[in-house]
Amino acid sequence: MSQQTSRLEEAMNRRQFVKVAGGATISLAAFLAGCGSSTGGSTNSNGSAAIEFLSVQQAGTGWPLVLSTITDEYAKTHSGTTFKVNFAGQTDLNQKVQLLAGQGALPILYNSPPADLMAQLVKNGEGLDIESTFQQLGVLQELQPVAVTLLKKVFNGQLVALPFELNIEGFWYNKQIFTQNGLQPPDTWDALLQIAANLQQKGIQSFSASGKQGWPITRLIGNYLFRKLGPGALDSVKSGQAKLTDPAYVEAAQVVANLGKQGYFGKGVATIDYDPSIDIFLQGKAAMLYMGSWELRDFNNPSRNKIGANNIGFFPFPNVVGGMGSSTQTPMNAGQPTSVNKQKYNATIGQWLAFMAKNYGDVALQKEGAVTGFVVHNPPANLDVLTSLVENQIKQVSQPVLWFEAQFSTKATNISQQDAALLATGATSPSNFMAAVQQAF
Amino acid sequence: METMLRDRRAALLLVGPALLIYSLIVLIPIVWSLVYTLFEGNVLSGFQFVGFQNFVLLVNDPSFWQSVVFTLKYAVAVTIGQVGIGLLLALLYVFYLGRASALIRTLIFFPVVLPAVAIGELFQKIFEIAPQYGLVNSLLQAVHLDGAIQPWLGQGGTAFWVIVIMDIWTAMGFFAVLLFAGLVDIPGDILEGARVDGATGWRLVRYVVLPLMTPILFSSFIFSINGTLKVFASIVALTGGGPGQTTTPLTLYMFNTAFSNGQYGYGSTIATALAVMCLLVTLLIFRSARRNVA
Repeated sequence: MSQQTSRLEEAMNRRQFVKVAGGATISLAAFLAGCGSSTGGSTNSNGSAAIEFLSVQQAGTGWPLVLSTITDEYAKTHSGTTFKVNFAGQTDLNQKVQLLAGQGALPILYNSPPADLMAQLVKNGEGLDIESTFQQLGVLQELQPVAVTLLKKVFNGQLVALPFELNIEGFWYNKQIFTQNGLQPPDTWDALLQIAANLQQKGIQSFSASGKQGWPITRLIGNYLFRKLGPGALDSVKSGQAKLTDPAYVEAAQVVANLGKQGYFGKGVATIDYDPSIDIFLQGKAAMLYMGSWELRDFNNPSRNKIGANNIGFFPFPNVVGGMGSSTQTPMNAGQPTSVNKQKYNATIGQWLAFMAKNYGDVALQKEGAVTGFVVHNPPANLDVLTSLVENQIKQVSQPVLWFEAQFSTKATNISQQDAALLATGATSPSNFMAAVQQAF
Repeated sequence: METMLRDRRAALLLVGPALLIYSLIVLIPIVWSLVYTLFEGNVLSGFQFVGFQNFVLLVNDPSFWQSVVFTLKYAVAVTIGQVGIGLLLALLYVFYLGRASALIRTLIFFPVVLPAVAIGELFQKIFEIAPQYGLVNSLLQAVHLDGAIQPWLGQGGTAFWVIVIMDIWTAMGFFAVLLFAGLVDIPGDILEGARVDGATGWRLVRYVVLPLMTPILFSSFIFSINGTLKVFASIVALTGGGPGQTTTPLTLYMFNTAFSNGQYGYGSTIATALAVMCLLVTLLIFRSARRNVA
């Protein structure tokens, strides 16, 4: 050891040692600094648009696939235009948007966080006003009015997101099970309960739902409220005129808890995740599924849908007898919306946005069979039966309504969806469930 | 070398880079986190000074106390299971299997190297009820105990025990190896002497083996209890903290508060409470160990 030490001392005098150690420290610091991500500019070095998208869908699927197809077409006349997807899991989105925004590194396109966070982004100059921008670009008419109405309602009256989807929600049912048991789609909530009771007697699971996700159960609470108290039921809660703990609101939680108590959701609803809940319906193990029309992609997928697309029917959330709402008020949403970073927006991006707006509706319908909030100019000649059904339903919508948590804070949304399984399994009472959500409101 | 290390500047240069990195990635975030406990907000809305409001909120937050109770219950059950079964396995290796224990040791140690997510998926399948029965419910059905078939992970009470079983199964091999090392360290002539004096079986273990293993047993308890108080990945993979909040430990509650709800200040306050809890438990065990070892 002492021999090694003396060799080291011989080989390196103090000045040299200082240089080596100092150099190592500086190199390390430089390396660590280099580990930071780039700030994700929106223009390439040759002046063409560099579209970067923070998306909860992977590259090559869904919206990223549609956008990359459109960008490829756009690049034919605007060479050098690029499109890149940065994937973030749905559960990581809010956190990632906040962290990137905090560092000024939010890309030009990003999936929108909930309304309260989005309002902060707009305030900080990182959310583009789509309405005025599209007006200036001359493409505002490319957005379907109902999609604009929905998004404005979600984001406190401002259009700060793009409707890459446009969905209706309601009950999808197995036609064969209904026919074999002499059942008709119900007009009222009581008739729906009667159908569920009939099916239960015959050993058939009435509803498939994901308690692990929670929202397929809380959607039922929201819709019951819209039918019973009218489409403004949750606006009143937001404005403070009503509370979720008011008896009329607790009643909605009670009727949904009763579905669980009667066993209409089947065994182990609390443990069922989203995909298994869809599979239970598509394998003919449950008669009904409350879901949005975004699921058409699975309904139209023969490898997943074992009951056949022609065997699936749709009925809207039924009326509640004596209620102030009606089943023509359709629960709708624009899927997971996408916002544009105002700080990265420039004329080059504007050109791309205008091109995208003119083509999104057509490309999404052709490529994915997806109904979106963009106008379709050239509908495909042979549209599948379920997509046609959804398109027709959307055309008939007189008044769209949102979902239970649409106007809640992020915390209240999390509590509502987290505790939904407890409500459906009787582990919490309807009044306690509503009180917990109201407290976080 | 001694000459060089006596030179403070040289020592500083040697330690400097490591100390810099340690400070950057460990000490500064800890201090930063403590400062956050006095603020509320997030990176978008900015932070407002709220004094000790987060601590008042913490004391009055039923969800926090629910998580504390779950964490302590879990830590006690899993620690007793991990160290207790680990000890029994170590005794089995030494006194019954002897030299033939290598294969069994390897097999029992195997779950330690598996990722938590894979183990979570495995136990989800074992205790599944829908879309089809998992192993446990299938076995119950096979022996006509249909009344016992239930959503094991869909009820807080049963989900707790599934988590406990999973985490004991995962780590018992590690503690068995740790205690095995302590056990083989006991001089053979002491054991032989005890046997000559008539101590066999349980009496040999109770009056000779366990007292001689006290230091390593306490180390095992400290390892286990600190690991269990900080449990996160295995529960996220198995139940996600649900149903509701019934299987949410403090770590997950902290994560959800800070990152899902965007309450960074309150999240830091929960983290501080967890750190204090870990510190108190470790001190308690150390004090107890000092008394017992002495």
